[in-house]
Parts: sequence; C-alpha cells; structure tokens
Amino acid sequence: MIEVLGSGPYATVQDLGRRGLAHLGVPRSGAADEASLRLANRLVGNPEGLAGIEATFGGLRLRFGRGAWVALAGAPCPVRGPARAGMGVPFWVPGGGELALGAPAWGLRTYLAVRGGVAVEPVLGSRSTDSLSGLGPPPLAPGTRLPIGDAADRGGIGVDLAPLPGPGPAVLRVLRGPRDDWFAEGALAALCAAPYEVSQDSNRVGVRLRGAELARGREGELPSEGMVAGAVQVPPSGQPIVFLADHPPTGGYPVIAVVREADLGVAAQLRPGDEVRFRVTG
Amino acid sequence: MIRRVGEHGLLVETGALDVSHRLDAALRAERPPGVVEVVPGPETVLVVAPGAEQGGLRARLGELLRRCAAAGVTEAPEEKDVVRVPVVYDGADLESVAELAGVPVDEVVARHTGRELVVGWLGFAPGFAYLTGLDPVLHVPRLATPRTSVPAGSVAVAGPYSAVYPAASPGGWRLLGRTGLRVWDVTARPPSAFRPGTRVRFEAA
Repeated sequence: MIEVLGSGPYATVQDLGRRGLAHLGVPRSGAADEASLRLANRLVGNPEGLAGIEATFGGLRLRFGRGAWVALAGAPCPVRGPARAGMGVPFWVPGGGELALGAPAWGLRTYLAVRGGVAVEPVLGSRSTDSLSGLGPPPLAPGTRLPIGDAADRGGIGVDLAPLPGPGPAVLRVLRGPRDDWFAEGALAALCAAPYEVSQDSNRVGVRLRGAELARGREGELPSEGMVAGAVQVPPSGQPIVFLADHPPTGGYPVIAVVREADLGVAAQLRPGDEVRFRVTG
Repeated sequence: MIRRVGEHGLLVETGALDVSHRLDAALRAERPPGVVEVVPGPETVLVVAPGAEQGGLRARLGELLRRCAAAGVTEAPEEKDVVRVPVVYDGADLESVAELAGVPVDEVVARHTGRELVVGWLGFAPGFAYLTGLDPVLHVPRLATPRTSVPAGSVAVAGPYSAVYPAASPGGWRLLGRTGLRVWDVTARPPSAFRPGTRVRFEAA
C-alpha cells in the first residue's frame, strides 16, 4: 500500500489507457508522456503498461506501507527520500519510508513506477484517470491509499541508469492534414514560422497555444469527426490546440496537422509559458 | 477520398451517415490487421491502425467504401435489434418544448415516441449517443444556460437530436423525461446499450 501525503498541483494514476472504445465516446486517456511511463516501468522490471503515478509539476509526497522498488522518469524533479533515490534509476524504498518530489527543473509531468504496479481497480480495462470523462480512479489527494500489485512473477531489474533527455528548445514535428485544405493559403507556413507560447489553461486534454492566428480558407462547419492524440485542432479563435491523452474522441474543428508519435511526449512536457515550434515533415 | 491523420490514422470520407454506419459495420466484421480504433462520424470514418501496412489498408478501405456507398438497405431490419427505451415523460422542459414546438404536451410525447431513431455517433461523454431521425417539429434550440447537473437517465432533445444522458453531467439539452434503462454501465460488455447504427424507440412508460 502507498499512502498519498501530498499530491502537488495534480497527480493521477495512469497506464496506457483505454483502447478500442472511441466509437462509444470513451477517450483513450493513459499517460500523457507515454514513453516516460514505459521507461519508469522498465526500470523496475515491470511490463511497460502497468499503472504508475503521473505527477504534474512535482509536489508528490508518498509513504510506503511496505518496501518496494521504485523508479522515476519524465520531468526531472529533486527527490527527497531513501539513499540513492533519484530520477532515472531504480531504488528501494523500505517499509514506512517516505518519498517527496520537488518542482521539476524543466518539463511538467513526472512518472513514478513501482515494482508490481499500482493496482487500483481497472475501469473498462484501464486504471487511468480520465480528466475529461471522469472514468477511472479520482485524482490523488492526501489520504488516498494505492494498493501495489504482486511483483512475484516479474522479471529482474536489468537497467541501472537510464539517460534523461535534456531541456532544449521544444520542437514538434507534424504531418500535414487531415484538414489543411480548410485553411487559408500560408496557414501551415504560419504555424511553423514563429514559436507559440503555451497557455495557462493547458491540461491533459490539450496544450493550448498562443501565437500566429491560423486563418480559415473555408466558411461553414465541419461535421464532427474522429480525433487522435497529437491532432493540432484550430477553433474559431485561430489559436491551435495540440490534443493530449484525454482529448475528446470526436471533434468539430478542423485539424491542420498531426504531431508525430515520437514527439507526443515533448508536447506533454510543455508547461505554461514555454515556447514551442512546429516543423512540417510530411 | 481518404485523408491521412498523422502516422497511424486514415480518415475515410463517406459523405453520409448511413454509409459511415455500413463501413463501420464492415470494418468490425472484417477486422483488418493492425486496426485498433474505428470511429464513425456523420460524414467520415476514422480508422487508427498503428500496426498496419498503410498502402494495403488504404486500398482495402477504398474497396469497402465503394461497396458501402453503392449498397442500399440490403435486408429488412429486424424488430429484435431495436433498443426500446421506456420513458416517464415528466421532464422539467416538457412544457417549454411544447411551447417552442407550438403543439400540446401530449403531442410532444406522441411525436417523440412515434418514430424509430438511429444512433448517429457517440461523443460528448462516454455512452452519450446522438440519436438521429427526430421528428422535425421537436427540433428546438438548446437551453441558453446549461444546467450544472443533469441526472443519469434523463431523456432530452436539442436541435435535430435526442439523447439519453448516460451519467450525471452538466448539460444544455431540454429534458422531456427520464428512463430507468441503464444505457451506460462500465461493468457491462459492451458498456453502452447504444453504438453507431443502433435503432432506438422511445415508449411512454
């Protein structure tokens, strides 16, 4: 059992989400920066898709009811806890031990994996909290108790140290379409011409951006259609939104381009005030 | 036309809801390798297939689209496939809907129960189905100020659609009544009583 002493601004349980249910109106959800959750799981010898904790801007404080192997990946936070506790390494937290994350140096979301996984009750095949629909466990709060899964049949811990990506300027590579033809000539060039600033009202649904306005070339409304994570959707304001894990399964605003899967984690780590550029690669 | 949606998605333009439904049904029956999501919309079907060879899938989708666009109604719909929704017509907006429609309250009920509706697609919330085919007299605008909470099971109309609220949520549709039928249950397989193409009949309880 893990007891939550503090959740920071927002922390949830996340795995790889609910697949195959978008036609019933169910968002996929799951870790916003999936690669970091997968890495944290590998570091403790878990299958990559086990549930862990997604902390937003650090602040997480936990007490472990029993000893457990733990690893942290994603936005690098100062870690207070047992000896050798830190980012990107497996470390042992003894029974009764506490762990606390400070604010990340850069990035937004930090993933904690525990050997055996966080074993809250799954809903529709996933333990993820979906901030859009409310499916899954409620967000973590002081007093939340999280069961730890059985680790007896897990493999060995094979990696001692995982390299963490550096801060660097954020670039999102995109493929044009599916609705680039709904925009004025030059809109795609405008998307890539200058950096956008990440707005304060970004969340797990999407990264809201402020910058060059993307003008429509076509009047009228687009009938609602299926959406994917990474879609760069443009509402009437002309200010783009990059959809993340909890995006609505369908939407009615045209999508000018879609972020490459490899860069979805970069998008998920953007924090309000950050600058981000787009580059069309196809 | 088939549009690319990032690395793994293809958006098939069907141009019509019934073609979307036929293509959705064909894809669920055939399950082409690598396909993880099939999401029908009013004029499109999104196919997400991270594991698929895109050229082959695109060609197959083109073939299926041609077949589905050409097909008329191939078989008479069977009565057993209709989801019957018993409704107690005592909703808070029943009278305002009657006023907007310019008909008495019992005619609102008669018109709402008088036609078979079809689930167009789901969205807004898990299990929230947009039911198409509503009597045009009942096409009324949504509330100017949405309610902060609408109870699960509320039966409502807005614009050309009717719906059953699958769970308690905020909502701006006009409430005609309520049903005891659970249209959404996360412990059931499938969790939703409605899926795109499902035929629905409301009945006064």
